[in-house]
Amino acid sequence: MDFELSQEQKAFFKEVKDFAEKEIAPFTEEYDRNSEFFWDGWKKMGEMGLLGLPFPEEYGGSDAGALDTAIAMDAFCAGGADAGVSLSWGAHTIIGAVPIWVMGTEEQKKHYLPVISTGEKISSFGLTEPDAGSDAASVKTTAVRDGDDFIINGSKMFITNGPICDLCIVVAVTDKEKGAAGISTFIVDRETPGFEVSRELDKMGNRTSPTAELAFNDCRVPASSMLGGEGEGFYGVGKATLEWERAIMVAPAVGGMECNINRCIEYAKERKQFGRPIGKFQAVAFKIAEMKCLLDASRLLVYRVAWMKDQGIPAMMEACVCKLSVTENAVKVANEAVQIFGGYGYIREYPVERTLRDAKLGTIGAGTSEIQKMIISRLLMGKF
Amino acid sequence: MISFELSDEQKAIQKVAHEFTDKEIRPIAADYDEEEKYPEHFIAKAFAAGLTYLYVPEEYGGQGMDFLTACIVGEEIAWGCCGFATILGANNLGTTPLLVTGTEEQKRKYFGDLTSRPSLAAMALTEPGAGSDAAGVKTTAVCDGDDYVINGTKCFISNGGIADLTTVFATTDPPKGVRGLSCFLVSGDNPGISGGKKERKMGVRASVTSEVMLSDCRVPAGDLLGEEGKGFKIAMITLDKARVSVACNSVGIARAALEAAVEYAKERVQFGKAIAENQAVQFMLADMSMEIEAGRLMYMKAAWMETEKMSFSNQAAFAKTFCSDMAMRVTTDVVQVFGGYGYMRDYPVEKYMRDAKINQIWDGTNQIQRVVMARALLSR
Repeated sequence: MDFELSQEQKAFFKEVKDFAEKEIAPFTEEYDRNSEFFWDGWKKMGEMGLLGLPFPEEYGGSDAGALDTAIAMDAFCAGGADAGVSLSWGAHTIIGAVPIWVMGTEEQKKHYLPVISTGEKISSFGLTEPDAGSDAASVKTTAVRDGDDFIINGSKMFITNGPICDLCIVVAVTDKEKGAAGISTFIVDRETPGFEVSRELDKMGNRTSPTAELAFNDCRVPASSMLGGEGEGFYGVGKATLEWERAIMVAPAVGGMECNINRCIEYAKERKQFGRPIGKFQAVAFKIAEMKCLLDASRLLVYRVAWMKDQGIPAMMEACVCKLSVTENAVKVANEAVQIFGGYGYIREYPVERTLRDAKLGTIGAGTSEIQKMIISRLLMGKF
Repeated sequence: MISFELSDEQKAIQKVAHEFTDKEIRPIAADYDEEEKYPEHFIAKAFAAGLTYLYVPEEYGGQGMDFLTACIVGEEIAWGCCGFATILGANNLGTTPLLVTGTEEQKRKYFGDLTSRPSLAAMALTEPGAGSDAAGVKTTAVCDGDDYVINGTKCFISNGGIADLTTVFATTDPPKGVRGLSCFLVSGDNPGISGGKKERKMGVRASVTSEVMLSDCRVPAGDLLGEEGKGFKIAMITLDKARVSVACNSVGIARAALEAAVEYAKERVQFGKAIAENQAVQFMLADMSMEIEAGRLMYMKAAWMETEKMSFSNQAAFAKTFCSDMAMRVTTDVVQVFGGYGYMRDYPVEKYMRDAKINQIWDGTNQIQRVVMARALLSR
């Protein structure tokens, strides 16, 4: 066993953290307030190679592996970059592009991965529907074959990057009789007629990451846009993406915790009440100690799954444990941070109230905490 | 003899408050939250409905309710929106010092004016360096002939800068710490008082939270409340009542959130059945209703003790801390029950969570409440 990052990884962490501190964090408060996407930051992330980290170099990526991608996302938020920007990044690079990398044809990979890696084109993933949230296999969007094409009809809900995406990986039913095995996936370009952003959604947090409901009305796509084989849309995409989604995509929450703890340490040492810094009170000091425990456990959980991915070891259980624990921990840490900051924590001028609004999404998106518990308990107990 | 039933009168006013909230607050709460806008028209409507200055005696123009009844009304208003409840709550906070320590003349003068029209009051204690620790107050009041001249800056003041009456806490004797604090009545038209920066907040956004600036603010000695040096005591008496209000507001928010969750859980179908059929969801709802019930009993007991003229500081701290922690748990779980929809601003539940948070912080953080509770336990 070895718990130490390599010299390169440590340097990479620092590089990304410095970048976030300098180029992203100082600007996002305003974008959060206005619920706007931070385009300038996005371009810089593309230039830095962050948006294509896991993909092979021949497709414009950095061949970084799951662990290095997790390190980058962790460092990004440890440097104060907000959760919204990292959410858009994850939706783009992980759920919006890992399926193409793992399941795509050579042509699809060559066509999409380089422009995704630079950030020139923004990707999104369309699985959730108004009536298919936790029960993802109940998607109603259909894709009906018509000669060499498929015609897609339906609507997709809560799609991260929806309002700004250039392409969407759309999950649709191609064979109703087969249930989840009758679901297929298509890469649909934004300019395809019938692909519409029906409305942009206004959220509690993660407001720097735009979210939309998307509509597909007789949206005609060539059969060549299918990702993987017919019927591989649910299980295939799940196999390609779920562990990434449940572990690497929550790495930003780890960095976010670290950043929040650092803010609390600084504040607790400076803020004086009753003649001494509030950090001298056990009630505050012990909160910080507990937050640190949650941070360390969270980071280990993320890095373990990332390492397993890189070793080619299946990690379904570990990924669910990771997603559940890390996102719940992040809510606890953010809530305590607001509490430590007191009145200042509730004011939008300070970043901590935003971290609480942001953190809550973690326990909902990408499989709610309840779904993770359902899977974990079923894996543990089997059928009985 | 012990009784858990509301009187007919209490039930009647509860119904009035409920209907008022349903009609005048619920339909517009989301908009004022979204715009972070103060609802100018609201105070006139609350005034017309007889829902302002609830526990100010009728002889001073108030509604003459006992404190328990006022808290029952408070729960209903907060069930609609904690931001709106804060506007009325700040009125109580701002006038309680006058009520508990004002001379007959002071009460007649100020309540006569405030209760005869839609009006606002505020209490200005907190300062940038004096949050939980009131001894850190730096605002000074210096005696000058028959007047006092007040200078300083207050922060996080609900109804700050728009109040017709602000009770300002300032030190008249800095070396004495909290024993040097005094409390003054400052009219909104005094040229020496003004609103500063309006804060942008996480929640309770319909309520104005502002800095209040006192620049050579001259008040006649007749506007000193009680005596010099009594300010801290006045603040503590006021905050005891305010804590019970925070508790009933917290219960109101949590109840609204639970109602929304129950409705949603019955409608939302996943895996071929309503999500309410899952035990994980059922148990969350069960916990919520149990904790809300406990919270309601706690604020009612504290308010009842006040009404019975018993010492209720400890119960006020219990109720404030329990109810606000409870409301935070309940609203967080309600967002969870709603899933993705819960996170969207189209539904009211993410607002409940944002609104709930402040109740763990203001009127003495829950940490300070625990300090007080522990001290009471250990000093025996």
